[in-house]
Amino acid sequence: MRNPPDLIVVGAGVVGAACAYYAARAGLTVTVIDRGSVAGGTTGAGEGNLLVSDKEPGPELELALFSAELWRELAEVLPPRIEYEAKGGLVVASDGQAMAALRDFAARQAQHGVSTETVPGERLRELEPHLAPDLMGGVHYPQDAQVQPALAAAHLLRAAGDRLQLRLGEEVTAILTGPSGEVRGVRTSTGELHAPYVVNAAGSWGGELARLAGVELPVLPRRGFVLVTEPLPRVVRRKVYAADYVADVASDSAALQTSAVVEGTPAGPVLIGASRERVGFDRSLSVEALRRLAGQAVRLFPVLATVRALRTYAGFRPYLPDHLPAIGPDPRRPGLLHACGHEGAGIGLAPATGRIIAESLTDGQLPLDIAPFRPDRFGGGEAR
Amino acid sequence: MARDRSPAELVGAAPDTAFEITFDGRPITALPGQSVAAALWAAGILAWRTTRAGGRPRGAFCGIGHCFDCLATVNGQPNRRACLVPAHPGDTVTTQEGHGHDELAV
Repeated sequence: MRNPPDLIVVGAGVVGAACAYYAARAGLTVTVIDRGSVAGGTTGAGEGNLLVSDKEPGPELELALFSAELWRELAEVLPPRIEYEAKGGLVVASDGQAMAALRDFAARQAQHGVSTETVPGERLRELEPHLAPDLMGGVHYPQDAQVQPALAAAHLLRAAGDRLQLRLGEEVTAILTGPSGEVRGVRTSTGELHAPYVVNAAGSWGGELARLAGVELPVLPRRGFVLVTEPLPRVVRRKVYAADYVADVASDSAALQTSAVVEGTPAGPVLIGASRERVGFDRSLSVEALRRLAGQAVRLFPVLATVRALRTYAGFRPYLPDHLPAIGPDPRRPGLLHACGHEGAGIGLAPATGRIIAESLTDGQLPLDIAPFRPDRFGGGEAR
Repeated sequence: MARDRSPAELVGAAPDTAFEITFDGRPITALPGQSVAAALWAAGILAWRTTRAGGRPRGAFCGIGHCFDCLATVNGQPNRRACLVPAHPGDTVTTQEGHGHDELAV
């Protein structure tokens, strides 16, 4: 029998993998448990966006900038198969009003460490030759990058080495607590596992896991479709999207929203992403969402009208009411930490989240102020 | 010597007049209703695509539209499933290199 681990991470998505990786690197032993497979939830349904461009100045941008640095480090350590590409992003505006708003937004970001470069309309096609000719202009964000999210999660877990044990296909059914309410481990479909710390990296299902621990965390799913074209040569060099995407990401509307983010992949297919709607955990296909995504992608890149869309995939982006993740110890339940609720930015924000969790567990120095991510900020206290 | 019997003979089919298509410029005989893949096979041609990564040869595999191995460029359009596309008089079939969209590369 192995000794009990120092911590249990629930969730083998990219956030759980990053928590396990940084904790193992800090000398802790970790068991990662997932009821499904590695990257079987939101991670596997994402596009691998590592974006700073869509974040307004504030705590999430700080987290994203720190994470962008960590991804650059990870790209040196993890194998090239994770398909890390420091390709940069290009946000484009179709009219003068959108361009003015975009320029404004970029100027505020630039004051907080984001590299931005305004691109006049006539120069857009030097950067992206297939872009529609009638766009007003754009902003180039060299720090935006991309990774293949499922492979990144898998290789993070592998890089955690001997200190990591991975238990897949095993569902956590209870959080075990001691006499003063402190976490003692978990019960799963196959038995009990003891550890002084449990990290909730259950993504869209993080609210359910919090409830098992007797605390409220209002994580809700937001459904998103990604449309996949047939394999192509490089037709889109960067991550390209229309300026309205930023407004959509921050929106509180439940209705279907689409703003196409278009990007090529090393494997060939172009990914067209980012519909958003609040329909609970309903997986059914929305032709309307796909129709709009396709239409918007073709408006940005008319050449895409001549190629085929082969398939689509959908996932649930976990969001909290203020659109910030929950990261760090939960004061309501000693020994419980949260690392979930990253909405559509979890791939990008995973390394920073993992580092924060590892530092919290080893009394290390936190890389940034995590007060905005406090898991108990929505009140509610203990759920009994 | 045993005589080769074609599927058409085996089922007693009486197809209409054969016509011509071309494969990489070479004339091939096809029958009405025959798929492009069947016509190529009947002419002894087994490969009409190369893979994206290794440039390896590919032709019909499942023959029922499922595996996408038999992709060919038909009348200039890449990625047509040769096993499903019916041959028409004058069709131009060409070997597809990789994804068949080199002209779009930037």
